Amino acid sequence: MKIVVCMKQVPDTTQVKIDPQTNTLVREGVQSIINPFDVYAIEEGVRLRERFGGTVTVVTMGPPQAENALREAITVGADEAVLVSDRAFAGSDTLATGYILAMAIKKIGDVDIIICGKQASDGDTAQVGPGIATQLDLPQVTYVNKIEDIKDGHAVMHRMTEEGYEIVQTSMPCLITVVKEINEPRLPSLKGKMKAKSAPIKAMKAIDMDVDESRLGLTGSPTWVSKIFTPPSRPKGEIFEGEADACADKLVSTLKDHLKG
Amino acid sequence: MGIEIIKDKCTGCTICTKVCPFCALTMADKKAVIDFDKCTLCGACVDSCKFHAIELKRENSRTPNLEQYKGVWVFGEQKKGKIQSVVFELLGKGRELADKRGVELSCVVLGHNIQGCAEELIHLGADNVYIVDASELENFIDEAYTKVLVNVIRKYRPEIFLCGATVLGRSLVSRVAVKLHTGLTADCTALDIDPKEGFLMQTRPAFGGNIMATILSKNHRPQMATVRHKVFKAAVVNKSRTGKVIKETVDRTLLTSRTKILDIVEEVTATVNIAEADIIVSGGRGMKGPENFAILEELAQVLGGAVGSSRAAVDSGWMPYSHQVGQTGKTVCPKVYIACGISGQIQHLVGMQSSETIIAINKDPDAPIFTVADFGIVGDLFEVVPLLTKKFKAALNR
Repeated sequence: MKIVVCMKQVPDTTQVKIDPQTNTLVREGVQSIINPFDVYAIEEGVRLRERFGGTVTVVTMGPPQAENALREAITVGADEAVLVSDRAFAGSDTLATGYILAMAIKKIGDVDIIICGKQASDGDTAQVGPGIATQLDLPQVTYVNKIEDIKDGHAVMHRMTEEGYEIVQTSMPCLITVVKEINEPRLPSLKGKMKAKSAPIKAMKAIDMDVDESRLGLTGSPTWVSKIFTPPSRPKGEIFEGEADACADKLVSTLKDHLKG
Repeated sequence: MGIEIIKDKCTGCTICTKVCPFCALTMADKKAVIDFDKCTLCGACVDSCKFHAIELKRENSRTPNLEQYKGVWVFGEQKKGKIQSVVFELLGKGRELADKRGVELSCVVLGHNIQGCAEELIHLGADNVYIVDASELENFIDEAYTKVLVNVIRKYRPEIFLCGATVLGRSLVSRVAVKLHTGLTADCTALDIDPKEGFLMQTRPAFGGNIMATILSKNHRPQMATVRHKVFKAAVVNKSRTGKVIKETVDRTLLTSRTKILDIVEEVTATVNIAEADIIVSGGRGMKGPENFAILEELAQVLGGAVGSSRAAVDSGWMPYSHQVGQTGKTVCPKVYIACGISGQIQHLVGMQSSETIIAINKDPDAPIFTVADFGIVGDLFEVVPLLTKKFKAALNR
């Protein structure tokens, strides 16, 4: 089975702090990590290979330093890594990003299943996964929390919904996006770490793919950022301290009218 | 390169270097310099420069016959014939946008045996309700829903299309926008009409929160956006309103799919969808064990709310994942969010900080949760929460 996992390098938001004076993000010293949801996607790819055989190729679109994220994926079991990177891709919104990744996956060729995290923690759009599926004209199953079985050209999986889950059957090849509940990612192995150091990372530029240049980067992106601003910070709250009963009384009397309406 | 510093205009004020989310701008010889390896052409600096010294060049494609796109549309998500509550909120905002543009508000519903929905949607502000009824559309299937919706949108050409940022909505419109080759903005927290040019101004948190971006799709139609539960106020019901109901018939080939639903399982623990709850009582590591969540459930019951959880409590196996609030869980914005024994790491805060009123109960007066709280109690939650339950019960006559 040829498995492709799409991943993204994102800033580690656990390290992001707010400057209380300016109310802006303090970005200095913030490290890059693999998007938390993609960690589950990589693990699921490796598990599918362990169950059904095949190879796991991790693909990322990003700046040259995104190579680090790909190497990290190799430490936990990915076989091959592709870095889709080109100045022509800068400024891509979700439509252009989905297109570029779809073209890269087409170039990889003969893929049976594409796995994405349900969304990236920096953009939170959840649009690129379905975007890739649509550009490649593949069926999709989003919010997958369990892959039951894959056989005879079909996969059966559980898809998380607001009320519970659905058991969905899809024809292969297909694209899925996964949620955190699907597995518990393993830690890097020593063998994986050794391999990651020297593993070749395949670079793919616009010229290496059969792309329509008008669909890349800014030119290929319908959405434009027209304004950026810092939201007003929340006014400082009222904190009650002291005896529990008195605190509870204060809170109840403050809130009771609010809760009635 | 698509971006350029106009050296003559740059005053060396350094504002752009602070605004850049990617640290791609530095100063050299009192002028801004762009590191093109870091720059993603996001445009944040262009907007920040008061001296118009940064230029972003675009040669964008354009939806053909763009001016023929008219009207505001809302996707009428339904389950088992019941319109989902986020649709009421979208109709409220949609009506406002349609009135500003001087156009009609329409709602499109896909499903089976759903004729009964139309009247309700008209009472909530829709001028037109488009209904596509077919047995194949009874439950949401990505492909069939996409093909049908794309077909209807191509036929009627709305200029604005809004959809709930639900599991269904996010899966569906992501596909639809690609098929229509148009822009889609996820999780908008504000929508308005640009007074000069009439564009839909779509505002959402960007770069992991804490910064807001207003996004436009100037040259593509429809301008598509998703909105989470509870962000906008629900439309007010007006039973005297009238409107048109249009039954759309679609070609059978649009109803085929390569996926099919084998079974739908509803889990008892998830009967209250926290994304739809007006009041959420959430517990974290400070709850110490799964058995202690009972006191949160009691408080939630008195307040008519649902129980949420931090990631720590889910990872410890105390609560199911469907209750998790935060970056890897759900983003919620209830009227009241009560955080009990939650320290308030940034991953949790991004999932709940847009709640209307935030209340924190924590032993540690320095816990970061107090920085976002409107009201807080420093104390032992095992003492405070039962007291609150008792006192609210009395105060609210419940």
